[in-house]
Amino acid sequence: MSRYFTEDHEWIDVDGDIGTVGITEYAQGQLGDIVFVETPDEGRALAKGDDAAVVESVKAASDVYSPVSGTVIEGNAALADKPELVNEDAEGEGWFFKLTLSDPAELEGLMDEAKYAEFVSKL
Amino acid sequence: MTINQSGWRPARPLEGDAEPATFTGNRALMLEEPLIFEIGSGATTGVDFDAPALPAGGLGGLLRTAPIGLPGLSEPETVRHYTRLSRQNYAIDLGLFPLGSCTMKHNPRLNERVARMPGFADLHPLTPVDACQGALAVIDQLAHWLVTLTGMHSVAMSPKAGAHGELCGILAIRAALDARGEGARKTILVPESAHGTNPATAAFAGYAVEDIPATPDGRVDTAALIARLGPDVAAVMITNPNTCGLFERDMKTISDAVHAAGAFVYCDGANFNAIVGRVRPGDLGVDAMHINLHKTFSTPHGGGGPGSGPVVFSAALSPYAPLPFVEKTADGFRLVEEETAGEHHAGSFGRMTAFHGQMGMFTRALTYILSHGADGLRQVAEDAVLNANYVLRSLQDVLDAPFAAAGPCMHEAIFSDAGLAEGVSTIDVAKALIDEGFHPMTMYFPLVVHGAMLIEPTETESKAGLDQFIGALRSVAERAKAGDPGLKTAPHHAPRRRLDETLAARRPVLVWKEPVAAAAAAE
Repeated sequence: MSRYFTEDHEWIDVDGDIGTVGITEYAQGQLGDIVFVETPDEGRALAKGDDAAVVESVKAASDVYSPVSGTVIEGNAALADKPELVNEDAEGEGWFFKLTLSDPAELEGLMDEAKYAEFVSKL
Repeated sequence: MTINQSGWRPARPLEGDAEPATFTGNRALMLEEPLIFEIGSGATTGVDFDAPALPAGGLGGLLRTAPIGLPGLSEPETVRHYTRLSRQNYAIDLGLFPLGSCTMKHNPRLNERVARMPGFADLHPLTPVDACQGALAVIDQLAHWLVTLTGMHSVAMSPKAGAHGELCGILAIRAALDARGEGARKTILVPESAHGTNPATAAFAGYAVEDIPATPDGRVDTAALIARLGPDVAAVMITNPNTCGLFERDMKTISDAVHAAGAFVYCDGANFNAIVGRVRPGDLGVDAMHINLHKTFSTPHGGGGPGSGPVVFSAALSPYAPLPFVEKTADGFRLVEEETAGEHHAGSFGRMTAFHGQMGMFTRALTYILSHGADGLRQVAEDAVLNANYVLRSLQDVLDAPFAAAGPCMHEAIFSDAGLAEGVSTIDVAKALIDEGFHPMTMYFPLVVHGAMLIEPTETESKAGLDQFIGALRSVAERAKAGDPGLKTAPHHAPRRRLDETLAARRPVLVWKEPVAAAAAAE
């Protein structure tokens, strides 16, 4: 399994053709306490860069973009009652949604962990 | 009368925690106040009525069998409850209200006096036209001022507030495109420097919204905007002056390019107070713009009164403006409505409201305009801009001012959280301002500035008032840079300490429920 990152601070874990998407530790730190997450419905077709989810903190509401194209398998239902999971474990239990990748070649345009760390250090 | 000339003031308690508790929970003139449901009792009533003599079975199954669940209070208890709550609040009548983008300025008392004149205040919206010629004259005269000040062709007076005005403008643009057979234009471009309501308006009117980036100096990226124009673009929505408090200098270039591409220019005129009397949006190629009477023309808002958002139109959009409107004829004023619009207004897209708009705000706004005159309005804009620049330049040595190097600001000064100590953020600065007796500034908006603090002093404030605010913010900023841990728990002197906004958002309690023990005892 490998993990990729976007410049918009999403991460995606890929296992076969299944991807799990969330926002990064850096992103949750910037947003502050998260109070609401809207995840995409099962079966929704997403193109790379589409608005896939909404995350709202006490400071701001932000769109979460799909790092790759694919079809949503499930949204993280636990976030409906416990949006704070994103603050507590952004890159683990605070995942947003899973999807079936339609074009795994799109992953080549994303960053690996080291590159993302370097990207964040310059912000 | 003895005058205290020494400047001595009694010391205030520093921390409520260190003070002995009182029996009531009150602290002298700071009165604690429970919820109205907790004071009231079902056994109390403000007025005694005889028990109604109901015919047996007269109400059938509709007769109430359970308590109504309203708090019972006497009149003095009710008056005291709301007066006590109001003392824990902050208002423009108490002090400087530096909210950027909301423009909280003084509401002149002359406006209030005129608005309360029975001839205006007691009118019913269905009064026959020949019995309300004076009110129609007010609408017509205000409309004339708005059209003249903006250099536009016509005005729709009925929209009820800023966002309602935006919708009115976009609906007129949609009607104009449909009339041209170009209804396929489905995209509206919105720069990052625009008001947050702009993309919401475009989406609500059925358009796809595309962001246009801002430049590092806080203005719209003109090249990126022009490059994006095409046959799918219906309109561009620009806020000018924008939310970074800056004038969009390329407005005319942008308008010309937008028109050449067959689209329309919507200008968010919420910040018109910074340019009124100096700039006419009509000269900049604007096709539609709303004017917030409750901002530029001093009518109350923010809980104090309804908004009012008339929309001015260019000649190209005027045929599509909504009904009703007032027309001057040889026999006096008449209302142009569906039945009377006839062929000369057949293109109107419909109505925004049932009646004619916020009449009470029209009387106030016209009073403000007439009491200032054209030269006075120009000075309003100049003083508002001068005050904002005074704040900007007085604080740029202690707070990061991202756009200060680009030149003067317009009506509002903007700072970022760069340079604050690790762990101290914008919200801590804002909360500490409460301890200093000021309402906080706008926080975390606009989004293009990290940890934004947006301050709009308006022309209301004197130099002395501004100096006191600047002194307070400077002191808080210095503590924030030094990492004073006391800021994290501010406010310390407010009726309530730091509220748990996260818990309030995650688990809001919106309905009072009778405590279980009390409910059981009542049975």
